[in-house]
Amino acid sequence: MADKIRVVVAKPGLDGHDRGAKVIARAFRDAGMEVIYTGLRQTPEQIVETAIQEDADAIGISILSGAHEHYFKAIEDLLKEKNAADIILFGGGVIPESDIPRLVEIGAGAIFGPGTTTTTCIDWLKAEVAKKKK
Amino acid sequence: MFEDKQLEEIKAGKERFKASVDKTLAKNPERKEKFTTSGGIPLERLYTPDDINCLDYAKDIGFPGEYPYVRGVQPTMFRGRFWTMRMYAGFATAKASNERYRQLLASGGTGLSVAFDLPTQIGYDSDHPMAKGEVGKVGVAIDSLADMEILFGGIDLSKVTTSMTINAPAGVLLAMYIAVAEKNGINPESLGGTIQNDILKEYIARGTYIFPPKPSMRLITDIFEFCGTKVPKWNTISISGYHIREAGSTAIQEVAFTLADGIAYVDAAIKKGQDPNVFGKRLSFFFNSHNDFIEEVAKFRAARKVWARIMKERFGVTEKSAQMLRFHTQTAGCTLTAQQPMNNIVRVAIQTMAAVSGGTQSLHTNSLDEALALPSDESVRVALCTQQIVANESGITNFVDPFAGSYAVESLTKQIEDGAWEYIKKIDDLGGMLAAIERGYPQQHIQDSAYDYQRSIESGDRIVVGVNKYHIEEDDSARKLLRVDETVGKNQEAELRKMREGRDNVKVKDTLEDIRKAAQGEENLMPKILDAVRVYATEGEICGVLREVFGEYKENVVL
Repeated sequence: MADKIRVVVAKPGLDGHDRGAKVIARAFRDAGMEVIYTGLRQTPEQIVETAIQEDADAIGISILSGAHEHYFKAIEDLLKEKNAADIILFGGGVIPESDIPRLVEIGAGAIFGPGTTTTTCIDWLKAEVAKKKK
Repeated sequence: MFEDKQLEEIKAGKERFKASVDKTLAKNPERKEKFTTSGGIPLERLYTPDDINCLDYAKDIGFPGEYPYVRGVQPTMFRGRFWTMRMYAGFATAKASNERYRQLLASGGTGLSVAFDLPTQIGYDSDHPMAKGEVGKVGVAIDSLADMEILFGGIDLSKVTTSMTINAPAGVLLAMYIAVAEKNGINPESLGGTIQNDILKEYIARGTYIFPPKPSMRLITDIFEFCGTKVPKWNTISISGYHIREAGSTAIQEVAFTLADGIAYVDAAIKKGQDPNVFGKRLSFFFNSHNDFIEEVAKFRAARKVWARIMKERFGVTEKSAQMLRFHTQTAGCTLTAQQPMNNIVRVAIQTMAAVSGGTQSLHTNSLDEALALPSDESVRVALCTQQIVANESGITNFVDPFAGSYAVESLTKQIEDGAWEYIKKIDDLGGMLAAIERGYPQQHIQDSAYDYQRSIESGDRIVVGVNKYHIEEDDSARKLLRVDETVGKNQEAELRKMREGRDNVKVKDTLEDIRKAAQGEENLMPKILDAVRVYATEGEICGVLREVFGEYKENVVL
């Protein structure tokens, strides 16, 4: 069981839209991953702390409030600061396509917009974790 | 509803029909083995008088404007006047939002609906650390009366009605609205509008709670009492199923959980000694209009009926207008697709038709680009025009409750009604909605439905055009999206600092202390909050004091 992927699904900031986060958390769990769902109103510090303590392979954040750039940057900066930049960061929500290059530049591994299937996210995450463990 | 002889003939006809269908099916099977509504209600192939024979027209359906209000709350409905076309809007600063409001009113919008940013909704000033990155993003940033004065500048508050989507700090924003009116010489008694003020659905589905349930319910009943005498035309609450549906519930769950929330509010106010015949008139509701047209029309009709029965039979309400379920509707944001966004115009039009056929009192139509960002000016215009076209061109507004008597619609209305009663009974058994929320009961049911919905899309059982079928690669990069940049937050912080320096800080401190004392006791908080906003105490300062006294709610995470 040591090979189980461990993923933190988090809702940063004040956004209360948690349908997507909960659906993807359940889909990850059904796909055999160990899922830590944080609930709402998490600060970047709390999210990074959770990921480190839980020895997570990845952090997935869901943002529908338009504050995505702020939170991706804050979380990525903290990961670097805490020597945890090997933790994969990805996310989804209402994020304009034109913002994605900037988020990738900050350090997001992937951004999954509305309409993405859970299978797409699962396959991507499995492949990324496999690459990292090689 | 039908004569015995007639029914015998219909039943015999159905048998004969079934035999002929079986022959057809042997050659040409139907598209699916099982047909259901979007919310999973199993559907018959054909509805006939036999399916609605259990209904007694006079008792179960009745006439518009009469108990149980299945056919609408007014006798003439849209033959009298159209619903209020109320577009939810607000972004960035009070000044930018004020411009959009004036533009909406100039292009035929008939009421305002204010979207606040998340810090405002959660009781933080724009310079609070938790507000970082969120100022002005999903709505307008309001820190104090100074912002509110700009927000409604040049708009005659005695002529428009204003709806404010504000919950945990609803009393503070209502107090600011009253203070703006007073400054313009308008008597609060003449003010019309709505505050959402529905904390239970925040715990269940929307997430902008601040305080724990008990003090939150007290704030709500304080508002009921205060408005009863001081702002009598104000709708003191908008009990909302919208967000429950957006979070993934079925149509039946939307009706059931919303009305169960309603029961909890009525119970709380009665416990405070208030009369449901009085405050019941000011309760309003808010529903979602989803894609499944027939199911939605039936849902609105069923909701009116169940609520009328709750008020009359459970609470003994005799005042007609306190038995009526009056509601606002918003088209379903969760049905909008980021792929081929122009298709969303059609979805919104169908949802508009459903809301209107279901007899809504006011409506917000979503814009085609809302799966991508906040709506642009142009897309908002199309959304508003969609309502105007349905109102003026479709012809359905010439009828009162046009789908009444449809065997399918009446059957579904009954099924939704029965399904809602079942949930309400379960919630009663759990000890009411507060106890049910504590146990994660509605949350769990909504999540299960949301997960089923997603799986049905991925399995292809549920088709979403442009997403899992008929997908076309489209270059949408030229679309102009509305953006709120980071300077908005910085400017708002600077204005706030300036405002704090210019006000009488001794008065502010005194009024905040008065709020603290009132919060620790039993006194109605509203007059104290009004005193504080008048001297420009900020929303964050007022909520900060209340946080110290009441504590904060911690989410019961259910997965």
